[in-house]
Amino acid sequence: MVDYVFERHLSGGILLPANKTTSTALPIRRGFVPKRLVLALRQHRGNPATPVVRVGDRVLKGQTVATAAAAPSAAVHAGTSGHVRAIEERPVLGGNGVQPSPCIVIEADGRDERLPDSAAPAWPGDAASRREAIRAGGIVGLGGAVYPTADKLATPVPCKTLIVNGAECEPYISCDDMLMRENAAEIVAGALLLTDVLEAPRCIIAIERDKPQAMEAIEAAAEAVGDARLKLAEVPTIYPAGGEKQLVELLTGEEVPSGRYPGEFGYVCQNVGTAFAVQRLCATREPLVSRVVTITGGGVNKPQNVEAPIGTPIAELIELCGGYNGGVARLIAGGSMMGYSLPDDETPITKATNCVIAALADEVRTDTFEWPCIRCGDCAMACPSRLLPQDLLVAATTSDYGALATLGLGDCIECGCCDVICPSHIMLTERFRIAKRASAARERIPVTKPGKD
Amino acid sequence: MRFEQPTAPHARPLTSVPVVMRRVLYALVPAALCHTWYFGPGLLVNFALTVAACLLTEGLVLRLRGRPTRHALRDGSALVTAALLSFALPPFVPFWIPLIGGAIAITLAKQLYGGLGKNLFNPAMVGYVFLIVSFPVEMTQWLPPRMGDLDYRPLTVGEHVSYVFAGRLPADLDVDAVTRATPLDLVKEGLRTGRSFAEIRGGSLFGDFGGRGWEWVANFIALGGLYLLYTGTIRWHIPTSFLVGLLAPATVLYLVDPNGFATPAFHLFSGGTMLGAFFIATEPVSAAGTDRGRLIYGAGIGLLVYALRTWGTYPDGVAFSVLLMNSAVPLINRYTRPRIYGQRRG
Repeated sequence: MVDYVFERHLSGGILLPANKTTSTALPIRRGFVPKRLVLALRQHRGNPATPVVRVGDRVLKGQTVATAAAAPSAAVHAGTSGHVRAIEERPVLGGNGVQPSPCIVIEADGRDERLPDSAAPAWPGDAASRREAIRAGGIVGLGGAVYPTADKLATPVPCKTLIVNGAECEPYISCDDMLMRENAAEIVAGALLLTDVLEAPRCIIAIERDKPQAMEAIEAAAEAVGDARLKLAEVPTIYPAGGEKQLVELLTGEEVPSGRYPGEFGYVCQNVGTAFAVQRLCATREPLVSRVVTITGGGVNKPQNVEAPIGTPIAELIELCGGYNGGVARLIAGGSMMGYSLPDDETPITKATNCVIAALADEVRTDTFEWPCIRCGDCAMACPSRLLPQDLLVAATTSDYGALATLGLGDCIECGCCDVICPSHIMLTERFRIAKRASAARERIPVTKPGKD
Repeated sequence: MRFEQPTAPHARPLTSVPVVMRRVLYALVPAALCHTWYFGPGLLVNFALTVAACLLTEGLVLRLRGRPTRHALRDGSALVTAALLSFALPPFVPFWIPLIGGAIAITLAKQLYGGLGKNLFNPAMVGYVFLIVSFPVEMTQWLPPRMGDLDYRPLTVGEHVSYVFAGRLPADLDVDAVTRATPLDLVKEGLRTGRSFAEIRGGSLFGDFGGRGWEWVANFIALGGLYLLYTGTIRWHIPTSFLVGLLAPATVLYLVDPNGFATPAFHLFSGGTMLGAFFIATEPVSAAGTDRGRLIYGAGIGLLVYALRTWGTYPDGVAFSVLLMNSAVPLINRYTRPRIYGQRRG
């Protein structure tokens, strides 16, 4: 029997229409070979990787095309065989939206030739070398935050608990759900590999209650392994239960102090996709060359999950999923709450892209009309950081930087709960982003990252 | 293909101001029907007049302020103010009472502060207090419930409307013959003159807990309140603490001296208790903004209602209590900010 960890209190959060059923009807589409890859050198938070190929080189699937720079960083690999056509700036989605950034462009030859196993390093025996193997394997947090996993595994204090995050609380996204259903054994093995590297006494795999099939698969896999360090947790279907700090609160009752990271307090969160990638690296020597992406939304003909090579242009994935069915109002990378809207579908997927939504006009907010704030306080009720968005709004509109700091603007994780629940349709989140930038320019206000992995 | 690039969140809002306002209006429908059943068409006439006054003045002031009127007039907030004011008014008043009340509520309490969301005080209660202070005679013209055993001839709709708009009553009737004191009045006057509560309650206008008819209106208002709670339109903090704040002193004093004080149940089912607890004190703009703040705010109103009913000059005290606590809201908000996630207590 695998033990379950009981959940504690979660502040705030809201119930949202999940919109996940259409993309979970089909199994994960695997083995897709793209025509072209656009590999950003900064696939992750931290320092961009250093290219080690030149224009004209032939590369094989799994071959390192850029090595990790100074930490935090991770390597980048070719997702299929082909020729390097260019190393230049291309518009790529990063932490601040779509911006031109240096990329390696590979034209695929369609043969999908793999680097021979002998060329890849074996899984080393000690923790430090394993972290370096993970860095060289290009593995980063696949929940969306893409922090280099090797750096996250080097905790300043001994790790008390590894939390493997399978909550996947954001609407539309189902890549983790499908991966758990289909690759539960690998995820459990990967979770234990990470537990070994961390030398953690406990590993909790947390899954939201609306994923019974994933839960069943993971439970069966965990029972088959029979490791006493492994625990499971069923977390409530509340957005944003899968936020890093929210999950720590939910599973341990502890709050990570403002402006600090869970790792500093002995808690490490890793996404289930990351665990899968680590297991694959260890077992098959294959670095992170692909990830599962949910291609969904009312504007795509055959919504499904695709195991797509990193760098595949979104247009190719949309085509693979039956193409657009007309009337697409917005193309979103990520979920409907925190995802970025894309200018066009030529943008490639990165290690951060867990989902692409081709949304019809009735699936997204298209107007910008706002009523005045009626101070109903629903935003405060929904805020997972227990902020008072209605008061922050007043402080933001009056550029009251002192009040913004006192009211905890820096603790806003930009989850969007206040926005969506606001009866006055006030675009709070965007105002807070602007206010953060503005007050940062004026004085240093500590800003926490929207950690999700 | 090229796409628009608005920022996250992309999800559609889950509700809207008009939806919230509409729910409040729906929640009052059963109580309005019950009120009409017991007290005749007065409430509906008042509602029609306050709606007209509220919408007209809102449109006019917005125009004078140079603000767009299209959304402001359709957001339903003026209708909610009108509905709450109509419930607070006696059902038998000349037409200019609801007109003045509605106009004062919207101009003085709402638009002069900046319109929707900016008012410091509950607009309906400002309108009501303005009326009760300015026109005490008209504002005490309450009707008895239409019940066969009472020595009372109910007015027909025609007679009622003729009084409201032309001030004419049938030749054999005058205002005193038509109107009656409310149960709260009777209790206050009775206790003041040394009669015991049990004795006062024996009167023909009293029912199981409160006044006959009145208590049923109160029940239906509470039902509407439960609907608002169920739909998440209001939250439990203010109604609960309001009722606790009212019932706690009522229970203690009744237990100490059952002859000299009304029963807690009488307070619960009389006057503006239910309307105040579920519909008026919960008006979000002028209420406290945090959970703990709302508990304090509601309890304060409840206590004040009890104090004003028991020791004040007016028979009921909901309007004054709400306005008093409105003025305490900035202070309450300041001292009840929740502890931010990951920040230390204190």
